Formats: sequence, structure tokens, C-alpha cells
Amino acid sequence: MATLARLQARSTFIGHQYYFRNSVVDVFRKKEHDAAVKIQSWFRGCQIRSYIRYLQRIVVVIQKWWRGYLARKHYQLIVKLAYYTMKMNIYNAMAVRIQRRWRGYRIRKYCFNYFYLKEYLRAVSETNDTIREALEEFADMKEREEKKAELEREEKKRDYQARKMHYLLSTKQIPGIYNSPFRKEPDPWELRLQKAKPLTHRRYQVKPTRSVQLSSWLACTSARSFPRSEFLPPIDRKPCQGPFRDIAEVLKQRYKPLEPTLRSEEPINELKAAREDLRRQEWTKNIHDNMFLPFSSYHKNKTYIPSMHSSSKYGPNSLGRQCFRDENPKKWICDKDFQTVLPAFDLFSKYGKLYSKAGQIL
Amino acid sequence: MSQRQVVQVFEQYQKARTQFVQMVAELVTRPQNIETLQNAGVMSLLRPLLLDVVPTIQQTAALALGRLANYNDDLAEAVVKGDILPQLVYSLAEQNRFYKKAAAFVLRAVAKHSPQLAQAIVDCGALDTLVICLEDFDPGVKEAVAWALGYIARHNAELSQAVVDAGAVPLLVLCIQEPEIALKRIAASALSDISKHSPELAQTVVDAGAIAHLAQMILNPDAKLKRQVLSALSQVAKHSVDLAEMVVEAEIFPVVLTCLKDKDEYVKKNACTLIREIAKHTPELSQLIVNTGGVAAVIDCIGSCKGNIRLPGIMMLGYVAAHSENLAMAVIISKGVAQLSICLSEETEDHIKAAAAWALGQIGRHTPEHARAVAVTNTLPVLLSLYMSTESSEDLQEKSKKAIKTILQKCTYLPALEPFLYDAPPNILKHVVGQFSKVLPHDSKARRLFVTSGGLKKVQEIKAEPGSLLQEYINSINNCYPEEIVRYYSPGYSDTLLQRVDSYQPIIN
Repeated sequence: MATLARLQARSTFIGHQYYFRNSVVDVFRKKEHDAAVKIQSWFRGCQIRSYIRYLQRIVVVIQKWWRGYLARKHYQLIVKLAYYTMKMNIYNAMAVRIQRRWRGYRIRKYCFNYFYLKEYLRAVSETNDTIREALEEFADMKEREEKKAELEREEKKRDYQARKMHYLLSTKQIPGIYNSPFRKEPDPWELRLQKAKPLTHRRYQVKPTRSVQLSSWLACTSARSFPRSEFLPPIDRKPCQGPFRDIAEVLKQRYKPLEPTLRSEEPINELKAAREDLRRQEWTKNIHDNMFLPFSSYHKNKTYIPSMHSSSKYGPNSLGRQCFRDENPKKWICDKDFQTVLPAFDLFSKYGKLYSKAGQIL
Repeated sequence: MSQRQVVQVFEQYQKARTQFVQMVAELVTRPQNIETLQNAGVMSLLRPLLLDVVPTIQQTAALALGRLANYNDDLAEAVVKGDILPQLVYSLAEQNRFYKKAAAFVLRAVAKHSPQLAQAIVDCGALDTLVICLEDFDPGVKEAVAWALGYIARHNAELSQAVVDAGAVPLLVLCIQEPEIALKRIAASALSDISKHSPELAQTVVDAGAIAHLAQMILNPDAKLKRQVLSALSQVAKHSVDLAEMVVEAEIFPVVLTCLKDKDEYVKKNACTLIREIAKHTPELSQLIVNTGGVAAVIDCIGSCKGNIRLPGIMMLGYVAAHSENLAMAVIISKGVAQLSICLSEETEDHIKAAAAWALGQIGRHTPEHARAVAVTNTLPVLLSLYMSTESSEDLQEKSKKAIKTILQKCTYLPALEPFLYDAPPNILKHVVGQFSKVLPHDSKARRLFVTSGGLKKVQEIKAEPGSLLQEYINSINNCYPEEIVRYYSPGYSDTLLQRVDSYQPIIN
């Protein structure tokens, strides 16, 4: 208990002590508290920061790896693509090279073969030469034929001439005109005359009548084949005997055109005649004034204009001309037309055939 | 009056009629009588005589009418207006062969003048009767009828179609096979007239088998027949490739070339036309002609004749050369260019010159080789003078300008180009300078020659607008040379040099 009492005795002291000490401490309490907070905040800050730093380091590592992975993947793709394109480019270039060679070869071989072209052109010029030659030959041949025919014709003509002039042949006594005694050799005509046979006297040929024969029938090719009657008199009329003038002179005298005087040459009614002439010309030339049109369709375009009489809606009166009947059909007894009762007069119907010979045909 | 006296009257009347008709038919043959006869009203007098009881009078009246209608188109129109045609057509079927001939002659004479008159004949139904007459036994009738049909068909495609529709073509083909030359001639000409209008008409002629018979007759000695045959073949061939091939398949080819050597000018012309019509369609057909030596023959033919006869040959060369460069080369080695340049210089008519210029342009436009071949014959100056000449027709100017342009654009033969620098108009100078600007950078010898011949000097003198094509060409020529040389040849350079002498301060020591 003593203790207790000691203690109790000391309790006031303790109280004082407590108060005293408390007040001493209170002076520093705030400061200490602030210091503690500061220390703690600093520490905690350090701690957290280090933690964040740690996290960041980790994240970077992760990202580094991931991004590296992605990039490597992408890079691989790009490389592959580049490799592929490079490869394809090379292939294409090679293909072009091959194609170039091949196409060049083929074209040169088959289409634009220079040697072939040369050969072809040479062949063409050769053909040209041969053709030219052949044509030349052909033309020559034609020429020769022509000449030959010409010569033959000449020869024939001369033969005929020789036959015609056979009377000029020299006889034993009298030399002919082609066999001049003053010349050394006779004219070539002389020899020809010797060879020729004299022409016989032409006999008057009886012309066949104008009946159409088969030969002329086939040969009718031109307007000359139209049949005509002979209207010209025979020309070789014998001259009349006697002291008569030449018939040509007489005829000339007779058919000499009239030579009127100047005064009578101009007719009196010249103006009238000219007018007449003009009118006649107009009549012959000017057939009608309308322009010439094709015939088939021209009349179709014209509209038909009926005459005033026929276009009247009342119409002509037929009474007394066609039949003697009432105009009003209601008054008719029967619908039929009237019949002719009397027979035709026989005598008159034969008029001109029986009694007279006027109409008789010869 | 006894019966004899009565008969005598009639006899006299008949004699007078006969004599009148015959005299009129004789008189009409002279052109100076026509006016008088017309004034005397001969048309109205002849018309009743067509219906005369005596056949001779009918025929001679028809003949006289035909001759009248033949004279000019007014008279032909008068025949149509006088309603004579129906009578003729009616009696064409009924009467004897002389009358048929005369009637066909009238129809022909009327039809020849104008399409309207021919249409008038078709409208009165003459075609059917004519075609029936084409089956006649007499060659003279056939000839007259074929002639009339040809004249009707000649005018236009409709009339031609009408003739074809009447069934004339097979009969005309039969007529070709007859032995008479005159009939053959006229039937061939009628076929030619029919087929000239359209491909369809030509096809009907081909379908009737005309080509084989026509092709056989090319070797016939008769020149006039040859003319018609060749013209018929060319009229068929001109329409399309198929028809041309049909004609070629009739194996006309080496044979036709003999016609080019013929004496007759028109045979030559028609043969050239035929070859031209075939050559113009395709390169293959042209090649065929080249291979058979047709080009050489045509060139020889051009050399052997003058004037219009040459024209188809010249055009044929142009057509062949236009197809491909090989064919053009074939023309060149057949010595075609020389011949064409002769034509160009010696012909007097503008259209032939124009054709020759066109053909030369076609030959020279393919490669530098071709252009060189044209240029060495010295044709370019001739073409230029034709282009510049005021007397040339517009067409000739146009064609020669085009030829010059196409040849120049390929030409690398500088000696031929050089004269053009001096006397060409600006629109052609452009091409010349362009050719120089293309050649000079690659050819040192030519560069040297260009300076020594004075070309460079001339180029410096050309006044070109800045920025134009010509200026560009000039610049590229100038770039081929060192600057001093270019400056030396520039106009006015000596003046500037002298100026420098004036302004130079002499160094006096």
C-alpha cells in the first residue's frame, strides 16, 4: 500500500511532470510530424518511382521484343516481295530477249526475208523480161502476119491488073510498051503480063430476083439489108446517032437553075413568108410547152376535174331517149323493161350489100 | 372505067408511097437535110405509114424514123410524144425480121439520148418484146435488139435492173456464143452496159456464166470485139473483190497481156482498165498480176501510147504500189518510175499528170529505199514545178503536193533534197529541213557536204517563227555543227565582224 501511497504522492508530480513534458514536446511535435511526413513522402516517392521505372524498363523490353518481331516479319515480307519482283523482272527480260531473237528470226525467215525478197524481186524482173520478150515476139508475129497479108493482097491486085492489061503484051512484031527496044531488059511487068491469063469478056449476069435467099438472109447485118425496089434507070444508055449535042450538056442546059435578077430574087411577100415560116417552125419544134416527163406516172398526178354538166347531182333526163316510160317508178305496172314487138326491117339491114356495088372491094 | 384502070390508081398510090418513104429514108442520112425535113412535118407524115398495108413501106418508114430519132434528142422526144412507140412495140412481136430490125433501130435511137427517153421505152412495155425478139433466129434481129437493150441499160441502175428483170442476161450470154462477130460485139457491149452500174447487176451477169465465154474471146483477132470484151470484163471486175477474183479465175492472165501489144489503141486502154480494176482490190490480186509480169507489160504499154490511153495504166501502177512496199518495189524494178516520170513531163493534160503524180507518191511513200528510187529519176523538181505552176489545175496541185510530201517524209537521199532548200515554199521546206535534221546527226560525210554545198548557209537564212516545228528542225541541224561555223554562216555575220574591227582599240606599245 505504501507504494500506492508513494505513488499517489507522486501522482501530482507526475501530473506536473506530464504536463511539463507534454508542453515541451508540443513545441517540437509539429515540426517532427512535418519532418516525418516529408521523410515518408520522399521515401514513398522513391519507392514508387523506382517501381514505375522498373515497370517502364519491363514495358520497353516487351515492346522492343514485340516490335522487333513485327518488324522482322514485315521485313521478311518486303524482302520476299522484292526478291519476287526482281526474279520476275529478270525472267521477263530473259523472255523478251528470247522472244526478240525468235521473232526476229521468224520474221526474217518467213516474212521479211531479205534474201527471199531479193530473190523474189529478181524473179519478178526475170518474169518481166520474159514477158516483155514474149509480148515483143507476139507483136512481131502479128506484124509479120499483117505484112504477109498485105503483100498477098498487093500481089493479087497486081495479078488482076496484069490480067486486065494483058493486051499490052508485046507480040513478035510489035514490042509492047513494057518491052522497049531501047532498053536492055524488058520491064518486069512484061514478064508478069506473059504469065497472066487475059480476062474473059464479062457477060451480062442475070440478077436473081429479089427473093430472099438463105445466104443474104444470114448476112443481113446493117441497114443495107433492107429491101428496096430498084428505081434508078440503067445508066449505060447508048448515045443517039446523029449530029446531036452531048447529052450531058443538053441536060445541064435544061436543068440549069433559074438566075433571077436582084429585084425579083427578093419576093414581095417576104415578111409574110417569114412569119409563116416562123409559125411553121414553132409548130414543128414546139410540141407542147410542158417539160418532158416520163409517161407512165405523169397522168397519175393529174386530178380528174369533171365537167359541170356531168357533176350536177340531178343528172340528165333520160325520158324520151331511152324508153317511153313514166319517170316515177311507183306508177309502173311491172318491173321489166319494155320488149320490142316488131322485128328488124330486113331490107334495110342489108342496105348497101344487096343493091349497090359501091362498097364492093376489088 | 375498066377494072384495070381502077387497079392502076392503087398501084400508083402505092408506088408513090414507097418512093416517098424511100426518099425520106435516104434524105435523113444527111444532117443538113434534117432541118428542112422537120419543117416539112416529116414526123406526122411518117407515123401513118408505120401502119401501112405494105410491109416494105412500114419497114422503110421505121428506118426513116429511127434515123430521125438518132439525129438529136428533140426528134427522139418527138417520136416518143407522137405515140409511135406502142405501135412499134406491138408490131415488133408480130412482123417479119426486117421490120423487127427497123423497130429495134428506132427504139435504140430513141433510148440512146437520155434516161427519160429510155424510161419512156421501158414504160410502154418494150422490154418484154425485145427480150422475146432476142430469141429470134436471125442474127441481124438479135444484133439490133441487143443493141437497143444495151442502150437502154446504159443510163442508170434502175433501167439496167429493168433490163435484167426482163430476163435479157441469159439470152445475151447466148448471143455471145453465136458465130457472128458483130452480134458478139454488141452482146458484149450490152453486158458491159448492164454490169457497170452496181455489184448486184454484175453478179447477175456473172451468174449467167458470161465470164467464161468473155474470157475465151480475148484472143479473138477482131479488135472491136476485143474492146467490148475487155470493157465488159473490167465492168464486172470493178465492183468487188469476189467479182474480181471470178474474173481472174477465168484464167485471163497471161492472155490479157497480149492485148497490151495490140495495134488498136482502145484495146490497149480497155486491157489496162481491166488490169487496173483487178489490181485495185487487194494486195493478193496485185501480187498475182506482178507475178505474171503484168506490171512490166503495162509499163511497156504506157511507153507505147499517148494521151488518155495511158491513164488506166498509170492508175494501175499507182494502185499496185499503194498496196505494200514489196509491190511498190516490184513496180520500181520493172522500171515503172522512169516511165511515170516521162509521163509526168511529156503529157499535156492535167488529169493525166495528176494521175502520174499520185502514182509516184504511192510508190515513194513506203521506205527511204523507195523514196530514193523516185528521187534519183529527178521527178521531185518536176512535181514541185507542177505544184507551183499557176496553170495547173487545183486537183493536179493537190495531188503533186501530196506526192511531194509523202516522198519527202521518207527521203534520205540528200542530193535530191538539196535543191528544195532554195526554191520550195515554206510548207514543203518544213519537210525538207526536217529530213536534213534527221539525217545529219548520224552522217558525218553528209554534214561536211552540207556545209560545202552551201546548205547550211541557206538554212541560216530561213526565217522561222520561234517555237515552230521548222525552228526546231533548224536548231537540231545547228546542233550538229560547232558554234563558230553556224555563226560564220549566219546572215549579217560579216557586218558584226566589221563592227568589231571598228570598235577595236589597237594596242600600241
